[in-house]
Amino acid sequence: MDITQLKIHELRKMLDEKEISSVELTNEYLKKIDCFDEKIQSFITVTKEFALENAKNAQSLIDSKNADPLCGIPIAIKDNICTENIKTTCSSKILENFIPTYNATVINKLKNENFVLMGKVSLDEFAMGGSTQTSAFAKTKNPFDLSKVPGGSSGGSAACVSAGFCAASLGSDTGGSIRQPAAFCGVTGLKPTYGRVSRYGLVAFASSLDQIGPIARSAHDCGTILNAIAGWDTMDGTSSKENTMDFTSKIGQDIKSMKIAVPKEFFAEGIDEEIRNTVLKSVEFYKSLGAEIIECSMPSLKYAISAYYLISSAEASSNLSRFDGIKYGYRSTQGDNYNELIINSRSEGFGMEVKRRILLGNYALSSGYYDAYYGKALALKQKIIAEYNEIFKTCDVIITPTTPSTAFGIDENISDPVKMYQADICTVTVNIASLPAISTTCGYDKNGMPIGMSIIGKKFDEATIIQVADAFEKQFNAISPNLA
Amino acid sequence: MSYIPVIGLEIHAELLTESKVFCTCSAEFGGDTNSRCCPVCTGMPGTLPVINQKAVQYAVKAGFALGCNINKFSVFDRKNYFYPDLPKAYQISQLERPLCIDGIVSIEAEGKTKDIRINRIHLEEDAGKLIHDDFNAVSLADYNRCGIPLIEIVTEPDIGSAEEAKAFVEKVSLLLQYAGVCDCKMEQGSLRCDVNISIMKPTDKELGTRAEIKNLNSLKSIVKAIEYEIKRQSKLLDAGERVIQETRRFNDNHGDTKSMRSKEDAHDYRYFPEPDILQVNFTDEMLDDIKATLPELPYKRLERYINEYKLSEVDAKILINQKIVSDFYDNALKVYNNPSSIANFIIVELLRRVNLGEIDLEKLSFTPEQFANLIEMADTEKISKNDAKAVFRTLVETGKNPEDIAKEQGLLIVNDLSKVDEVISQVLKDNQKIVDQYIGGDVKVVGFLMGQCTKSLKGVCTPKVIKEVLENKLKSL
Repeated sequence: MDITQLKIHELRKMLDEKEISSVELTNEYLKKIDCFDEKIQSFITVTKEFALENAKNAQSLIDSKNADPLCGIPIAIKDNICTENIKTTCSSKILENFIPTYNATVINKLKNENFVLMGKVSLDEFAMGGSTQTSAFAKTKNPFDLSKVPGGSSGGSAACVSAGFCAASLGSDTGGSIRQPAAFCGVTGLKPTYGRVSRYGLVAFASSLDQIGPIARSAHDCGTILNAIAGWDTMDGTSSKENTMDFTSKIGQDIKSMKIAVPKEFFAEGIDEEIRNTVLKSVEFYKSLGAEIIECSMPSLKYAISAYYLISSAEASSNLSRFDGIKYGYRSTQGDNYNELIINSRSEGFGMEVKRRILLGNYALSSGYYDAYYGKALALKQKIIAEYNEIFKTCDVIITPTTPSTAFGIDENISDPVKMYQADICTVTVNIASLPAISTTCGYDKNGMPIGMSIIGKKFDEATIIQVADAFEKQFNAISPNLA
Repeated sequence: MSYIPVIGLEIHAELLTESKVFCTCSAEFGGDTNSRCCPVCTGMPGTLPVINQKAVQYAVKAGFALGCNINKFSVFDRKNYFYPDLPKAYQISQLERPLCIDGIVSIEAEGKTKDIRINRIHLEEDAGKLIHDDFNAVSLADYNRCGIPLIEIVTEPDIGSAEEAKAFVEKVSLLLQYAGVCDCKMEQGSLRCDVNISIMKPTDKELGTRAEIKNLNSLKSIVKAIEYEIKRQSKLLDAGERVIQETRRFNDNHGDTKSMRSKEDAHDYRYFPEPDILQVNFTDEMLDDIKATLPELPYKRLERYINEYKLSEVDAKILINQKIVSDFYDNALKVYNNPSSIANFIIVELLRRVNLGEIDLEKLSFTPEQFANLIEMADTEKISKNDAKAVFRTLVETGKNPEDIAKEQGLLIVNDLSKVDEVISQVLKDNQKIVDQYIGGDVKVVGFLMGQCTKSLKGVCTPKVIKEVLENKLKSL
């Protein structure tokens, strides 16, 4: 038995029954990181001592039978989520030495359950990208094939779980950044409803779309983590007062009579044949459980990428303006006045992709262009929301592929940003419409690369998509990557 | 040639909330540099603004005080620009859907009343402060002011002169102070003003090109800047030149304005809806609740003073025009309900000393209750009117109770009638010759006798009693 590939509820049992201690478990992961992360490059910072200290504290709670569900469970954190006294870089040179004085709300919530913080994992710079190859520090590789990308932007978060470097991780999802790398790395990733999880402490990319969520080895594990991190937060005015619940509570309930929508545009040209067939086969599985499959349509999908890149880049251009090298982060040594100093700091501190989006966003918001670009994108947002509402009038969940292709080769798309952006086609509408969605592995392509399927739910109905994903996972034989 | 000035104002007023508009830091004026800031108001990565509901309520209150309509839903926007005093590189403000619109403030200037229309009032955050240290060639940022809630009051171009502008700013200050939302201390920067000004010929159909003068922080500089600008623009037009659209800075020392940046250099603020703050929605009930918290406004108070207290309009206005004076008056009346007497003493004695600089209204050493007690003592002849002034002087200096002061200074009138009788008899005895003159029919001598008695009976009783007793005694002779 490889302990590093166990699910959280299995580890919980072992910890509570004293088959293993939290320190031993943590050491198992640390050993594996030591051996293999040089190849995978998922971690930017491994907080070894801190993790062992967390584990020791957690163990004393376990010993006194006061363990919360995540007590003593090692979890890695995407490096755009602020951690007090621990470097938080966003994979950007401009924040290479930034050490926050505060924790993100999700970190405090995990700390309340006495989790073990394994370290900070890599991402595309400022979460902009789908390959983790724009990271200034760790260009993460896919554990299934080192010549392939792990996806992104939460590539580190997905790869570290896939490789068995920790039990689970937190990522962030603005246009698919949890679900796409989860699909590429053969793990499960949950993007909660916008507002379900506090964004306080998540370094903002696109504020109206960003959402923190878990990546783990099962939908059940994702639910357990969501249980810990969800809820209204006085520090985030956009967090929801909607009641939280046990998001794993529907697991095991009957799928029969559930109505599952399959929007045809998500299976059209541009989606790899193998992926289309594998996802449709999974849909058949639900049918065999008694679910009703309803074919439907989302005509606006063809505009979704444009709307997404306009909205997200516009917000990003403003969110990233604060990085001026004055108060923290990278400061250029060149420049004789304020303007020169910030121009040089930003020019040297930001990578290409980030600069591209800042330019795009500023252009879209410029006077004279606002109505034609940003204004139109907001109108499309309303249309996409309306189309989802229409589908959810009659259906409980929607199933789509998570990605149009499986993990691509390193540097394969990097020179063609438009092609890269098109790859987000299956995931962006969920963020635009503030919906929850979960990606789970539903098969492998001919090269053995994982294929992800997404289950999209109604607002605040994470419990149902976790239930639906779990029903598939229970009968699916998931494969772990062979690192050696 | 003579031109018609067309002036619009933008007034920035800091709201008197305890905490800042998007975090829980203290919003008080001052403090050690960077002692009143946190990760949120310094815009640290990952932090989020959360709106202070009190600030929203105060802005709405200001709207009600300035006769505005309140937008039932209101949206915040980001105004993007780089400046070291703005740590997020954007200011959270309001563009399309401000909290308040379409107000009216009526002013009196140059002997006429005039209505000035308010275009909008929106809520936004203040920026920090830069301290330029020329000696060490560095600029330092103090973020204490960062995130203090501000309202921006924008008028229509209804103002026609420097005098009207001054009257408008004074009126708005008064209304905001009465509403309890701003202390309007221009010297501390809690009220600041931008002026938009153009001039046109009486025959012109279209407005002239305007200049904007930024950040005027006293009534005097508002007046001087407008007067200078009218002259400058008139000279240009007289010479056949054009006024260019630009932002100008007023120099207090020279009394002139200098160009800061032209229209071409103007910022493109790239406004867009602030995604971190949900739109503000009001129900009628919520607005009624806010309205109910609005204190009595100056024009209401003026009516009360004239109709209920029968004060003259002139006197009533003197009291109303400073909220602190009017509040003092109302509080004094609670203790001694004699409106005309208290008004009179405030105007003649208190305000005279304020104008002489002897009294600072914000740091009074005595209470309205003590003040009312003093006036009541004078009115009920426990002390003479004249002595009341002496007692007041001591009250101002010491803050002791007026009765104790009067006692200490021997000014308290006790009306000891047996003593009066005794003293007057003695006076008559001592002045037998004069008394004889009186008996002989020379009634004028009563005055002399009265004087003698008053002198001997100082502090013992009132002149009225002396007169009564004296007259009775003389009659019975």
